[in-house]
Amino acid sequence: MKNVWIITKRELGAYFATPLAYVFIVIFLAGAGAVTFFIGNFFARRQADLQSFFGFHPWLFLVLIPAVGMRLWAEERKTGTIELLMTLPVTTGEAVVGKFLAAWLFTGIALALTFPIWISVNYLGDPDNGVILASYVGSFLMAGALLALASCLSALTRNQVIAFVIGAAASFLFLMSGLDLVLGLFRGWAPAYVVDMVSSLSFLTHFQTIADGVLPLPAIIFFISMIAVCLFINAQIVELKKAS
Amino acid sequence: MSDLIEVKSLSKRFGAIVAVDDVSFTVPRGVVMGFLGPNGAGKSTTMRVITGYLPPTAGTARVLGHDIQKEPVEVKRRIGFLPEGAPLYGDMTVLSFLEFIAEIRQLAGSKAKQRIAYSIERMGLQQVLYQRVETLSKGFKRRVGFAQAILHDPDVLILDEPTDGLDPNQKHHVRELIRELGKSKAIIISTHILEEVDAVCDRAVIIDGGRVVSNGTPADLHARSRMHNSVVIRVRADSAPKAAKLLRSLNNVIGVETGSQVNGNISLAVVPRDGRFIADEVGLAIRQNAIEVDEIHTEVGKLDEVFRQLTVGNEQAVLR
Repeated sequence: MKNVWIITKRELGAYFATPLAYVFIVIFLAGAGAVTFFIGNFFARRQADLQSFFGFHPWLFLVLIPAVGMRLWAEERKTGTIELLMTLPVTTGEAVVGKFLAAWLFTGIALALTFPIWISVNYLGDPDNGVILASYVGSFLMAGALLALASCLSALTRNQVIAFVIGAAASFLFLMSGLDLVLGLFRGWAPAYVVDMVSSLSFLTHFQTIADGVLPLPAIIFFISMIAVCLFINAQIVELKKAS
Repeated sequence: MSDLIEVKSLSKRFGAIVAVDDVSFTVPRGVVMGFLGPNGAGKSTTMRVITGYLPPTAGTARVLGHDIQKEPVEVKRRIGFLPEGAPLYGDMTVLSFLEFIAEIRQLAGSKAKQRIAYSIERMGLQQVLYQRVETLSKGFKRRVGFAQAILHDPDVLILDEPTDGLDPNQKHHVRELIRELGKSKAIIISTHILEEVDAVCDRAVIIDGGRVVSNGTPADLHARSRMHNSVVIRVRADSAPKAAKLLRSLNNVIGVETGSQVNGNISLAVVPRDGRFIADEVGLAIRQNAIEVDEIHTEVGKLDEVFRQLTVGNEQAVLR
């Protein structure tokens, strides 16, 4: 466990050593603000809640999370430091989890920096802060699941741009898998239980229940098991790809 | 247990390509082993298997009695490894990188401070401690990689081309360090600089096409050279044919090779039969016939020649 934390610390430091961290945080905050006020019509709704804020998180994450996750393994492979890392006395699992946690903590920091909007809504009215907290937790969990997916895919390539593009594409599929756009692909030929399964993988459906203010156990379990499965596959890919 | 590194019938295949084919050797404490071979011979792959980076296809290796497959973390703990090209985290400063390595190597407190200070001092990194690794010159990067490998005072050091990209002074410095560390550790260095074998190695293993083609001391290698114990003399160009004819007639000489003319002088290499010692015989003949000689010395044998002799089959196959 100690090794995981040592790797997490190093990785988190690496985010802030490059402009990536600051660019990401600025764009995330500006983007979150813009969609909330202009597209979400925060003021026109005349309601003291943050639905118009959280409702757009999946779409912000769709672009920004793969950008955070793309470097995790692709850069390591490109610069050859993977050979250094994997010959230090750490297991592949520790390295995978350590790196993932660093990226997740980093998105957590970005998410926490949106606190002015929470202050605003409390200043303007009397919102249900329990709901807001639940939504933050849900948003953080969804970010974690998307990150695990991006981390897993970044282990497939040594090119960060490719890691970003396939990460964004996969994120899109998982977000939308509850909608007809994706389900239509399966309805024609797959049995009903497959269609149900695909639809149950939808991040959007799970997140919607959270954004509505409840934090249901199935959604929590879904995101956490999604993280676990992706990281497990991630470790397998790292092992397999070391040889090439 | 005197053999700190034991490699047993190690093979590594990548799909249909056999990179390492049934390689075995041992390295005891106090020995620096030079690992030689043409590019693509399987040096790096063998090192990557011993350091636990790649799993072997067949066979195994043990480091201080720990099997690389059964106890990979135990093995990695005992090895200091400088990977080929010395990859490093470019976004870190030299000091924070070394601190990270110390921490993950389970060094803490005063012990960590002392080891970091030692590595910095040994590798001369004082003036770049707060620079980011990516801004350093190639030589400095290599030294940071070296510092990282010796940081935890490991019993086993595996160095993939440790002097590649260093200037002559730095090379000298690194070789001295390897010599010194080699007294108490087992060290494997890969190189294709043959002079390095004479400079630092107690043993030399040559591999070609994934197979061990020679395993012995540098002196053994020299002895395998056709030029071993040959006597080279430098004479004036006009007396060269006469001298060559004379020397060729000596008993223990099988041939005289004439070099090209430099400044009116020609070098003659007198090659002995079966590597016999012929210096006195040649000297006597020169004196008796009053041949003027500029220079005379005995060759120990040319390593590059032995190297080519042992590995050239593969090279030709590549060229064809």
